[in-house]
Amino acid sequence: MNGGPFTAFLEAGVRTATPLAYAALGELVVERAGVINIGLEGAIIGGAFGALVFAGAGGVSLGFAGAALAGILVAALFALFVVTLRTDQIITGTAMSMLGLGLTGTLYRTMYGSAGASLHTPTIAPAPVPGLSAIPVIGPALFDQPVVTYALYALVPALAWWFYRSVAGLALRAVGEHPEAARGAGISPDRVQWAALLFGGAMGGIGGGTLVLAQVGTFAEGMSAGRGFIAIAIVVLGRWTPFGVAGAALLFGAASALQTLAQTTGWAMPYQLPLAFPYVLTLVLLASARARTAAPAALGQRSA
Amino acid sequence: MTFLVRLARSQAGASVAATLLALAAVTLVVIAGGYDIGHAATALWNGSVGSPYSFFTGTLLRATPLIIVGLAVAVAFQAGVLNIGAEGQLLAGAATAVAAGLSMAAWPGWISVPVELVAGMAAGAAWAGIAAVLKRRFGVLEVISTLMLNFIALFGVSYLVRGPLQEPTHIYPQTASLAASARLPVIIPGQRLHLGFVAAVVLAIVAWWFIRSTAGGFRIRVVGAGAAAAASAGRVNVDRVVFGAFLASGALAGLGGAVQVTGVTYALFEGISPGYGYTAIAVALLARLNPLAVIVAGIFFGGLEAGGAGMQRDAGVPSGFVSVIEALVVLGVLAVDRARILAGERGQPTTGEQAA
Repeated sequence: MNGGPFTAFLEAGVRTATPLAYAALGELVVERAGVINIGLEGAIIGGAFGALVFAGAGGVSLGFAGAALAGILVAALFALFVVTLRTDQIITGTAMSMLGLGLTGTLYRTMYGSAGASLHTPTIAPAPVPGLSAIPVIGPALFDQPVVTYALYALVPALAWWFYRSVAGLALRAVGEHPEAARGAGISPDRVQWAALLFGGAMGGIGGGTLVLAQVGTFAEGMSAGRGFIAIAIVVLGRWTPFGVAGAALLFGAASALQTLAQTTGWAMPYQLPLAFPYVLTLVLLASARARTAAPAALGQRSA
Repeated sequence: MTFLVRLARSQAGASVAATLLALAAVTLVVIAGGYDIGHAATALWNGSVGSPYSFFTGTLLRATPLIIVGLAVAVAFQAGVLNIGAEGQLLAGAATAVAAGLSMAAWPGWISVPVELVAGMAAGAAWAGIAAVLKRRFGVLEVISTLMLNFIALFGVSYLVRGPLQEPTHIYPQTASLAASARLPVIIPGQRLHLGFVAAVVLAIVAWWFIRSTAGGFRIRVVGAGAAAAASAGRVNVDRVVFGAFLASGALAGLGGAVQVTGVTYALFEGISPGYGYTAIAVALLARLNPLAVIVAGIFFGGLEAGGAGMQRDAGVPSGFVSVIEALVVLGVLAVDRARILAGERGQPTTGEQAA
């Protein structure tokens, strides 16, 4: 945390980007399979709550497992409706967000009472990488973070390899582009979309768990604060590729860290301006032809 | 279950069946949570319909924005436009109405109030118009664009109430209050229910008549039923109908925001909408996109929210619970609909009305 306000800004940017990157990478896989999960918010807040319950019982590792499990449960309900029952993805997703936010709030108050604010979970401390964390300016930002952040450095290239070089990745993308053709090739679109959604739920849950276990140290009602929707923007801005999504998550993280930088340097600027910037950028990008052709062709269409 | 299946054969019946399923699930959750179900039910009743105050100032006051914004969602969905940006359009309408009202403090109410409402509608339509143009010119999915615009509107309000529109002492992140003349009048002495509720009901009736009985309404239904079919049948300019419905939807959502600031809060602040734009989706869906039924669904949800507040106050049941009920109602409608389609596919004749 030494090295001046700019280093602190980068460090905060990466920290803020971490849960967003998890959720967005999960949503990326889901959207590549042709499903848009507006209910991701429900998986994130479910994961945050799962982290609270399980970390209280068995520490940080169990907390992350509980977060993933809770995210999977929320995603399974979504998959049951959207994939198996073929309900509208957008309306179902909206209901899942409401359900996740409402249910976690209710359970939290029921299980921990209204005095729950003083409840603290064990947290995962930053683990500086020897040598690398001493690199000037970017060292602390990239290599003095908790292990969950480092896991992303492996996950992003692994996902890119999986998408373009593995049979399963090809099958996933085929379902997202043209489910009927995929079926003709012997792939079950239902099974692929179920699997993608469960993976997306686990990732969203881990994103929520990261909020609790690596950042805040406690749970608060509605603490997902729209991150599920932000993750959907990140996938668009990242043009549906793993590296693009990672970069876009960093941009959104940096945008929200910028307000702290502006405060410490006395830079007079409405802090809402950098916060709104990534959303405006996403809209502008959507209007360009290249972004639209990057979207999976069957995105959001598979019902009835 | 056969009772439910039979009930679900009709349009209204599907909503009733879904609501019953949701309430049954909720009852189980309340009992599992260790709450006294009798106590909770009494608190729900008292908070929503148990007294004139709870009915007019609780239920109907909360129903007002839900009905207006529910109409916004219903009109868009009827045309096949998945406008999930009612929240942002509502905020744009609320901010513009307050700005207009504050600059007209010296004007008589019969001028300033209509100006505020029209300004709110125009702002909501303009905010939706961004997504409508992106859809028409560039084919951008409105689901994603309206979601982005919701965030931008939220940051916009946050900026306005700390910047150009902040109250004169510059302490609180909110605007000054509207002058008494610039507010919607209360319609029942001693209650807070305002003229906006009457406007909401009238609007619903007009929207119902428009969609049912006019050429424009017919075009909206045709396009919503299948854009490709409408285009190939000729005579219907799909792009124009979609664009118009999108703007009308935004105008209604903007009006919902304007009515809320001129009738309830009298000022603009960040938390002005506890997610009306999202709850409105549940309202419209429960109403099967029928504008008249939106009145009923809006009052039902308004009653749930008023009663939910009562349950938290008197029976200790957390108010997040209301969102759970709302979500289950939506999922219930979706599931019952699906069951109906599956029943139809099995060869049973569907004698119910046509889907709107």
